[in-house]
Amino acid sequence: MIPGPFELVRPGTVEDAVAALVEHGDDAKILAGGHSLLPLMKLRLAMPSVLIDIGRIPGLSYVRVEGDEVAIGAGTRHHELEKDPVAQAEVPILPYVASQVGDPQVRHRGTIGGTVAHSDPASDLPTALLALGGSVVAQGPDGRRSIPVTEFWLGFFETALEPDELVVELRVPRTGSAGWGYEKFTRRANDWPIVAAAAVEGRVALANMAGAVVRATATEEALARGASIEEAAALAAEGTSPSADMHADAEYRQHLARLLTRRALEKAAGAGAAAA
Amino acid sequence: MKVSMTVNGQQRTDEVEPRLLLAHYLREVCGLKATNIGCDTTSCGACTVVVDGLTVKSCTVLAAQADGAQVTTLEGLAGPDGELHPVQRAFREEHGLQCGFCTPGMVMAAIGVLADNPDPSDREVREGLEGNLCRCTGYHNIVRAVRTAAQAGPTAGQVPQAQEVQA
Repeated sequence: MIPGPFELVRPGTVEDAVAALVEHGDDAKILAGGHSLLPLMKLRLAMPSVLIDIGRIPGLSYVRVEGDEVAIGAGTRHHELEKDPVAQAEVPILPYVASQVGDPQVRHRGTIGGTVAHSDPASDLPTALLALGGSVVAQGPDGRRSIPVTEFWLGFFETALEPDELVVELRVPRTGSAGWGYEKFTRRANDWPIVAAAAVEGRVALANMAGAVVRATATEEALARGASIEEAAALAAEGTSPSADMHADAEYRQHLARLLTRRALEKAAGAGAAAA
Repeated sequence: MKVSMTVNGQQRTDEVEPRLLLAHYLREVCGLKATNIGCDTTSCGACTVVVDGLTVKSCTVLAAQADGAQVTTLEGLAGPDGELHPVQRAFREEHGLQCGFCTPGMVMAAIGVLADNPDPSDREVREGLEGNLCRCTGYHNIVRAVRTAAQAGPTAGQVPQAQEVQA
């Protein structure tokens, strides 16, 4: 399969990338690792007439502590996050979840900014980021703005980004040694999750239970009231509307949401003993 | 557009369409047909090559994204005198193939596994090769081959031209 024809633009700075977005508008798509976009283009599910390749812009790959937060450059590839010592010490759920994306070859190419901007409800890292809290930093023609993760993913392939904005950074709270859990259910090793649950400090997020990644609010409220993990996890599927496909029907996904939430919360309660 | 890259140690420049995939560039422009295109959907790993020290699935990378890079395919592994790379040798010794279609991708991915972990356990090899499918299901011998190759030392996790494969 071959993508449809397009013009390739290779900006040298984020400002030039934004200028290209302004110039080409809806006809343009940002290309980073390309591991979400190129498959869609090969299937002709996406046919942008302009691709803006940000892969050559220097300085977009980093993980660093800034006050109470960890800042992660949008161009940080999954394998870089997986091995990053700062991420491992300050926000260990992220390197673990990065290691669960696809397979090694995919992790060598895919970027955190790309998976965030793509908004596939079955993505691993957005699920973990939604459970962590924090924000997405976007840059547009008027400069940078910060969008809370709870307001970022609006639906299937739909985000709060304006057409002339690009994701430049992710900011997450430092969780240090606080417990966390990430449970992903797949049929094949390198697949997207059929359902996944991330738990950090009483917050729970789910993959593939709606049009976008979602928080399990009923579970979180029950935990805040002092409910047991078992009671709280039993509420994980409340208000969700998962789709049905060849892997699972909606009812089975709701079962998985409850089960994986319980396991993720149990791992989180085991304080740091979360690595599967 | 023009792209320049080093393929198996040879510097080359070609005029390509921006939409040309690296897998097609290697096969059709460079004439290097060891790199197979299997699923064409980033799943099977048959098209795995090493780009700037990292394994990638070349069906999901534009040739333009590899502009300026060092690319190694299966053809670039053996020495000038035909001496096999330690991973190739181990695949032969342990009969790590049946029909052979997945083999070029398996060998390249195995080099990446050994670069990341020079002495992997069976389980670590299986996890490291999760992005490569063998539809003959010949996995046992493939895993054995990777562990045999590990005994050759650090060269098993490297490609020639002194390009070090990174984790």
